Amino acid sequence: MWLLEIVDLSASIGNKQVLKNFNLKIGSGETHALFGPNGTGKTTLLNVIAGIPRYKVDGGRIVFKGKDITNMSMDERARLGIGMAFQRPPAIRGLRLKDLIRIINPKADVLAILNRMDFAAFAERDVNRGFSGGEVKRSEMVQLLAQQPDFVMLDEPDSGVDLENIKLIGDAINSLTQKDKRPSSRTKSGIIITHFGHILEYMKADRAHVMLGGSIVCSGNPGEILAQIKRSGYEGCAGCVCQT
Amino acid sequence: MRVSDIEEKARRAREKKALFGTDVDLQSYESEAKPQNIVEKAEELPGAVKKAALDVGVKLDAESSGAYVQMDQTPVVAKSLYEGVEIMDIASALKQYDYLQDYWWKLVAPDADKYTADVATSPPAGYFIRAKKGMKTVFPVKSCLYLGSTNLNQRVHNVIIAEEGSELHVITGCTTPAHVQRGLHIGVSEFFIQKNARVSFTMVHSWGREVEVRPRTGITIAEGGSLSNNYILLRPVKTIQTFPTATLAGRGAVASFNTVVYSTMGNIDIGSNVFLDAPETSAESISRVVSVGGEVIARGRMTGRVPGARAHLECVGLLLSEKGRIYSIPELDGQSRDLDMSHEAAVGRISEEELEYLMARGLTSEEATSVIVRGFLDVEIKGLPEDLKQEIKNITQREDLKGS
Repeated sequence: MWLLEIVDLSASIGNKQVLKNFNLKIGSGETHALFGPNGTGKTTLLNVIAGIPRYKVDGGRIVFKGKDITNMSMDERARLGIGMAFQRPPAIRGLRLKDLIRIINPKADVLAILNRMDFAAFAERDVNRGFSGGEVKRSEMVQLLAQQPDFVMLDEPDSGVDLENIKLIGDAINSLTQKDKRPSSRTKSGIIITHFGHILEYMKADRAHVMLGGSIVCSGNPGEILAQIKRSGYEGCAGCVCQT
Repeated sequence: MRVSDIEEKARRAREKKALFGTDVDLQSYESEAKPQNIVEKAEELPGAVKKAALDVGVKLDAESSGAYVQMDQTPVVAKSLYEGVEIMDIASALKQYDYLQDYWWKLVAPDADKYTADVATSPPAGYFIRAKKGMKTVFPVKSCLYLGSTNLNQRVHNVIIAEEGSELHVITGCTTPAHVQRGLHIGVSEFFIQKNARVSFTMVHSWGREVEVRPRTGITIAEGGSLSNNYILLRPVKTIQTFPTATLAGRGAVASFNTVVYSTMGNIDIGSNVFLDAPETSAESISRVVSVGGEVIARGRMTGRVPGARAHLECVGLLLSEKGRIYSIPELDGQSRDLDMSHEAAVGRISEEELEYLMARGLTSEEATSVIVRGFLDVEIKGLPEDLKQEIKNITQREDLKGS
């Protein structure tokens, strides 16, 4: 059974159509990487799956855990098991990170989670306020570790992160997607947007896709696809015939 | 100023309207209050009063440096629990200490407006708190001004003197019980912060829907002295107008004003007015206003009169309803060279982005809104003892402070 199934999805923001008859299936325990040039709809896809109201679904459907969630509110989707690391999250004045962790998951071991991301010094800080690019990414991972979603969406979790911390983030993604378990016992899945594929050296992805012009043009082994992009750019993917 | 001169001046100002705020018809309130029973210590107060005090952050049973409680016009408790602090009711203090005449009506003019005039021509009631020279308190002095009779005009006149090198923390809760339908509270306060003294003054207001409030506060801070003034209003009120004025009179004096308002109705006109009159002085005023109804005018005025003075104003408002209005008026008046004065003002709604961010973590729209509102009201106040900080946090983080 597929954990997430996207069928003929078209979506727009404002008057601009971004996703065109988009199809994708992600099974339980699978982690997919998503490549593609800027403006091709990768972030839009994640935002539409998350249910951000600014994005309008013009056609098709999103099915998660067998439920049609196309018209479900953001918070309902989150409670159903969808989690997202934002690319550029807002700062929230007066809301301390440790308090947000507790709100997200009252049973969470706040200190253990913070320590895991080497982020305990930020416990008392307002969420994302005055954080550097790399700190914002760690803050996102801390929140997801508290949330423990069944399906995690990561929008460039490695951008702005220094080498020292990229491993921490990779480890956290592996843990969220249960890469520390045997493949047959994994139930959690994920999708990750990455520009340069750098993070893939620190985490495991099972499958990769290339997006161009609002739909997937190529799918396959992450290493092979990345090598192909490095060799001949995204244009080379356009002629690729492999499909999901 | 002799008593007769004060009264004479005040009499001439009886009809003088205040510069700000709606005009209150003083004649429509009772000026005579029924005397209340005096008790030996705060623990012996009626349960309803203790409960009301607790609601405005004044735990009368907990550890303190002393307490003052006034019910209507009667000072029912005035007791110090620490040798470093003297606490008396002001009428007794005026009788006992001739020197108090040098402080009486010195920072607030009896003829400032009809409200000060009304207080000046009435028998004095209020507290006298003196932090003795060099004596530092950790536990706050707790005071509660309780307006318990419908239609009463409650008049209060307080004097605080923090002598050289002392440290004093005061929390004052002003409140009415639910059964008081209508009332007026006029509070004159004069704070003298002497050389190198540190004072924190925290005031929490919780009034009724038909209560009008007119505090009149004057503060002077001498060389090296500091004041942290915190004002919290989270409950409905009919009208309130206050514009405490602080003068930084000595080198290096510091004042910081923090204001937190959650408005649901009425007309709330609040702010602070600081004169930076000595070298190396600095002042900061931060106000956070959330309105789900009612009109809030948030004023802030800083006047720099000597070189090197530093001042910063921050008025930020969250307007969450069509029924509300937030009118932010930051004013900077530079009257010297080499000043460093700035302000930041913003009025807006909750950002969609912040809401969506929290909803992506599983919070409902309502939960996300109240988390953002409570975060907004959570002003970081420096220089307060830990339990007082916690008390303020408890008050400003109440679950019922929501976005609608």
